[in-house]
Amino acid sequence: MGAKGIQFDTINLGHGSGGIMTRDLLDKIIFSTFDNPFLNQKHDGAIVKCKGDIAISTDSFVVSPVFFKGGNIGELAVNGTVNDVAMCGAIPKYLSLAFIVEEGLKMDEFIQIVNSVKSAADESGVQIITGDTKVVERGKGDKIFINTTGFGEVHPKANISSKNIEAGDKIFVNGFIAQHGMAIMSQREGLEFESTIVSDTTNINFMAMNLLDKFGEKIHLFRDPTRGGVASVLSEIATDIGMGISIEENDIPLEKQVAAACEILGLDPLYVANEGVFLSIVSADIADEFLAEMKKDPKGINSRCIGTVTSEHPNKVVMNSSIGGKRMVSPLIGEQLPRIC
Amino acid sequence: MKYLSEYRNIEATQKVLRQLEKEVSKPWNIMEICGGQTHGLVRNGILELLPDKIRMIHGPGCPVCVTPLNLIDKAIALLEQGVIVCSFGDMIRVPGSQKSLLEAKASGGDLRILYSPLEAVKIAKNNPDKEVVFFAVGFETTAPANALSVLHAEKEGLTNYSILVSHVLVPPAMEAILDDEFNSIDAFLGAGHVCAIMGYQDYFPLVAKYKLPIIITGFEPLDLVQGIQMAVNQLEKGVFKVENQYTRVVKEEGNTEAIKVIKKVFEVGDREWRGIGNIPNSGYKITKAYRDFDAELRFGIDHIIVAENPFCMAGDILKGLKKPVECPQFGKACSPANPLGAPMVSSEGACSAYYNFSEHSML
Repeated sequence: MGAKGIQFDTINLGHGSGGIMTRDLLDKIIFSTFDNPFLNQKHDGAIVKCKGDIAISTDSFVVSPVFFKGGNIGELAVNGTVNDVAMCGAIPKYLSLAFIVEEGLKMDEFIQIVNSVKSAADESGVQIITGDTKVVERGKGDKIFINTTGFGEVHPKANISSKNIEAGDKIFVNGFIAQHGMAIMSQREGLEFESTIVSDTTNINFMAMNLLDKFGEKIHLFRDPTRGGVASVLSEIATDIGMGISIEENDIPLEKQVAAACEILGLDPLYVANEGVFLSIVSADIADEFLAEMKKDPKGINSRCIGTVTSEHPNKVVMNSSIGGKRMVSPLIGEQLPRIC
Repeated sequence: MKYLSEYRNIEATQKVLRQLEKEVSKPWNIMEICGGQTHGLVRNGILELLPDKIRMIHGPGCPVCVTPLNLIDKAIALLEQGVIVCSFGDMIRVPGSQKSLLEAKASGGDLRILYSPLEAVKIAKNNPDKEVVFFAVGFETTAPANALSVLHAEKEGLTNYSILVSHVLVPPAMEAILDDEFNSIDAFLGAGHVCAIMGYQDYFPLVAKYKLPIIITGFEPLDLVQGIQMAVNQLEKGVFKVENQYTRVVKEEGNTEAIKVIKKVFEVGDREWRGIGNIPNSGYKITKAYRDFDAELRFGIDHIIVAENPFCMAGDILKGLKKPVECPQFGKACSPANPLGAPMVSSEGACSAYYNFSEHSML
């Protein structure tokens, strides 16, 4: 007998058959873990109540390795989608949860991932209301993929849209960048190196909602720079709004070890993925108070103003380098590739 | 990290720049050999900070850029034969004649991106029923590790490991550039990391023959502006000698242990350079004693020969005869997402550096 009274030590194709094995897996692991009135109906879907406008965001998680320093794919799948909903200026309420499991995944690992989903959902105040579990043959997946869709009620004071951005707006980041990407990179096959860099995966919804409570419409945009990093998101915004963005290399919060790892691997931290980081573009007249408010939050202690929206160099992001030069910051093309020498 | 932060200091860098402005009295063309230096110059915005009289010409020192198209097609042929091909990261997006390694991977090839060839030896050990090939490209900097991988595989008694070699050497390339009748180079910044391995004794005869300064230079902003200032200082005085700016890393005799390892596995031979053509005695080949580790011989792929894209002027770029922005394809038919040639792919390639970091990307 395996964990939680399940008969098997590993997931096999039978667990995705829709038959008794599937039901057993769902009852003993999924329903017992998430236990809430929506899910307990064991129906094909869930019927929920929402106030006013709702924000919806979906994301699929395929991270490898599945377990990494600072977390695992389970909490990543919750935090990632919760944060995307929050970036729309909405209070995350509900999540759907779909697993695609490769046969052979250890039951213990599956349970550990499900438990991480549960604790991350509890921490960010969302409920798992519907879901799905599929099993694919060995070699047709990479241990486990997770899709989550998040639903949130738009904050009454929120008016998040790149259309609201004006020249002079200030750009803030809530902490050290490039932590998640480098934590994953340090554990990839063939690239392993000794480090204590941990992923920054966390929810930032409470912090974002508190900022909306305080500053409302003065916040013009929230964005979380996950894949492609800060550089790609800023380039995208500059193109969207048809204005320029100017950032200061010296102001970008970068933890020493992450900076060193990026140096060694020949990667630019501006393009490395983040998970618990978000950018805020706000009206210049609230800049000081906004920064002070960010710093009050434990997830914003290292907040910084990193740049300004400008009418100069439209569509382009320009970085003032630490030695007083200027360079363009272009979006990431394909995957960031390590250099030869 | 202190070695880095000190060499990224704004006051120190600006001080050298001010000094340079005072010293320079006429126009000088200085070529930085190494792509890492090109990257550093553009990325830190140094080109715009230099006095107008100083023109930097970007050299051929990007290993990815000068690896011939044939070699990429050979690596792809190996992938298609079911061989596990291991490569440094920036090699994988370079277009071959039909496709890149990345596309070959998407079609089912077992391609692994590694930082060290010694990892490839581990993969060979863990997959005794598969052939494993490391794509050994690069200048003298990567040669010791690539040679060492062969020695490790030999020691482990592995018969399923080999390397696909495209090693090129810096001094013969400098000579080939100087022999080009259209070259206008007044001084070189020598490649710091190459000299860390090989030392700089090879540059004395070059300086004597071509009568121009060679400054062995590092990669950080302060290194680069110091290297340029040392070159200008010599040029203005009308002297020419080898000078070492990168003393914290480079010794005149180089890394003698590394050189020993290289000489055991490799010997100097002719090499084709992408965009430049064949340069005599400009690369490494595997010695007879280690020919069993030569992937070209083992897999019978030495016959693969293909033509370059006729619209790519990589040769002129690599020789410093043209700037990336002078290419009609730059930013139009050719971009990092859809490169016609290697200098647009590698982060050390002059075209990519211009596209990604300089104001020319506004084009």
